[in-house]
Amino acid sequence: MQQSKQNTVGQAGDASFVRIDRLTKRFDEVAAVDDVSIDIRKGEIFALLGSSGCGKSTLLRMLAGFETPTTGKIFLDGAEISKLPPYERTINMMFQSYALFPHLTVAENIAFGLKRDRMPKDRIAERVDAMLNIVQLKPYAKRKPHQLSGGQQQRVALARCLAKSPKLLLLDEPLGALDRKLREQTQFELHNIIKKVGVTCVLVTHDQEEAITMADRIAVMNSGSFLQVGQPHEIYETPNCRFVADFIGNVNLFDGVIVGDEPDHCVVETAQGKLYVGHGITGNLGMEVSVALRPEKIELQRAAPSDREFNCLAGSIVDSGYFGRFSLYKVALAGGKRLQVAITHSQRHGELFQRGEEVFASWLPDSLVVLTS
Amino acid sequence: MSISNQAKGVRRALTRNWGRRTVIGIPYLFLILLFTVPFLVVLKISVSETEGIRFQDLMSYADGVVQLKIKLSNFIFLSTDSLYVQTYGSSIKFATFNTLICLAIGYPFAYFMARSPANIRPALLMLVSLPFWTSYLLRVYAWKGLLDDHGVFNNLLIWLHLIDEPIKMMHTGFSMTIGMVYAYLPFMILPLYANLVKMDLRLIEAAKDLGATPWKTFWLVTVPLSKSGIIAGSMLVFIPSMGEYVIPELLGGPSTLMIGRVLWDEFFSNNDWAMASAVAVTMVGLILVPLAIFNKYQADTGGVRGV
Repeated sequence: MQQSKQNTVGQAGDASFVRIDRLTKRFDEVAAVDDVSIDIRKGEIFALLGSSGCGKSTLLRMLAGFETPTTGKIFLDGAEISKLPPYERTINMMFQSYALFPHLTVAENIAFGLKRDRMPKDRIAERVDAMLNIVQLKPYAKRKPHQLSGGQQQRVALARCLAKSPKLLLLDEPLGALDRKLREQTQFELHNIIKKVGVTCVLVTHDQEEAITMADRIAVMNSGSFLQVGQPHEIYETPNCRFVADFIGNVNLFDGVIVGDEPDHCVVETAQGKLYVGHGITGNLGMEVSVALRPEKIELQRAAPSDREFNCLAGSIVDSGYFGRFSLYKVALAGGKRLQVAITHSQRHGELFQRGEEVFASWLPDSLVVLTS
Repeated sequence: MSISNQAKGVRRALTRNWGRRTVIGIPYLFLILLFTVPFLVVLKISVSETEGIRFQDLMSYADGVVQLKIKLSNFIFLSTDSLYVQTYGSSIKFATFNTLICLAIGYPFAYFMARSPANIRPALLMLVSLPFWTSYLLRVYAWKGLLDDHGVFNNLLIWLHLIDEPIKMMHTGFSMTIGMVYAYLPFMILPLYANLVKMDLRLIEAAKDLGATPWKTFWLVTVPLSKSGIIAGSMLVFIPSMGEYVIPELLGGPSTLMIGRVLWDEFFSNNDWAMASAVAVTMVGLILVPLAIFNKYQADTGGVRGV
């Protein structure tokens, strides 16, 4: 957070279009959001990712104005908004349940916010029309929300939020109410619309896949604080703690102590033997650490690979699952530890491993990440 | 599934249907016996020829001729006599007035009840229904003691030196309206509360998020969404107020003509059952039938699903 000190209030650049400054919200002395600070760039899609009760929704509701912060401030485009009521903020929110007005038609729903701005009638009609075009719902303008499918309702909700050209768009579990197939399709559509409009966006989700595909940057939250903030690939490939590694995707974790530390690599002694990690650490010998290894970075072979001195363990396959694109194996190592291994089926007639087979699991030193917390 | 199992399944479905029919059938039977049949009896009396104290049958058969005799003189008299026309008008006026006042007082009441913390709502609901625990007659009668020339209010105002002479409150439109509003307010509050309490509060948040002030949100979202509650409450107040007898009798005066009192007079003072029946049937026809049609129209078109 060092660079956030450089910008002064009132002349916030694009880098801190939205600034959350030491925000805390307590409910009956329990901190739902605990001293959170972050700067969000203009035009960025920023995801708050965490399981239920981590404080992500409370943070979003404070941005929208439905909750008042206990302490801390929120700035939007250089102006403090923490104390403004929701109807005076140039922020619009898409609710998880969409919250479409059931007594109004699609067009009236989209026009609702524009009418509140006392926009002239013909300009409202124009704007509603443009919005309907963006979300491709022109033929449904006269329908009531209950006559639409879930996916269409979601697009109406999006159009209603975007109609007012908000400075900040808030999405609360935007795909949560859709079924799986529709979700994958909508994910890209939603991302494209937001990017086309160019609005800055904060989205809340518990679904890591949703966060990874939609967001430019992700903040992983747990018990009211940010554990790690970074681009999706940073979060995935370089998690900074056990919680983040475990929360995003599948991971194999080895517990051990540092026995060798060089600038370009380190060695961790674990119950399964020595692991050779391809990066140096800031720590000292004898420190207790965890080592993370993603299942898709492991290779399986029937014969012991001759070119690997390190990072090769023998085991037997105890469980396997075929997923079409890849297979997931559980390999029991000596000492009982189970290793998850994902093997991509790059060939149509590639041979599958069978349950009970003796195999050697190996990986590159660079695949391992040392976690100190 | 084997064939015998399937047969068992079908049999089970049939018995389940029977159970369902019985459950629906009992209330229908109840309504037919205790509402439709008596109404038909009243309808019959209203168009029957009287013969001493007996009513003649509508249909008679003699010498191979079926005769149907329907006497319409009661209805003709009803529509020409100004007393009845005025009474209907005045009943509608008081019932409408009562409904509007109940709505004006009941809506904010129900709104704040529904928005109060969930743990005190049962207590508030209890307080609204508390008056039902004492006799209706007694409660209405108690207003006499409050509004009389030497009643509590007048005595209090005289004691405060705000007035020298008692104000005439009893047996006026004022006393009757107070009594009606007092008696029917819970019937407005309860359906409104039931509607408002299950309203999706995220819609209110969405309205505010889109720039509507709390006042605008109330008129543009809360009120339209509580339309079914407003209609239900208004019906529950308007319909019984139309035929109200006790309150006009106890608190009303010569200026407050109500259909209920006219009915009573026809039945028990004039002993003209046929006329009384005609008055009752006309009320049903004139007021309740249009209301029922309106209600059905509302349910068909204005009904908002999922709310």
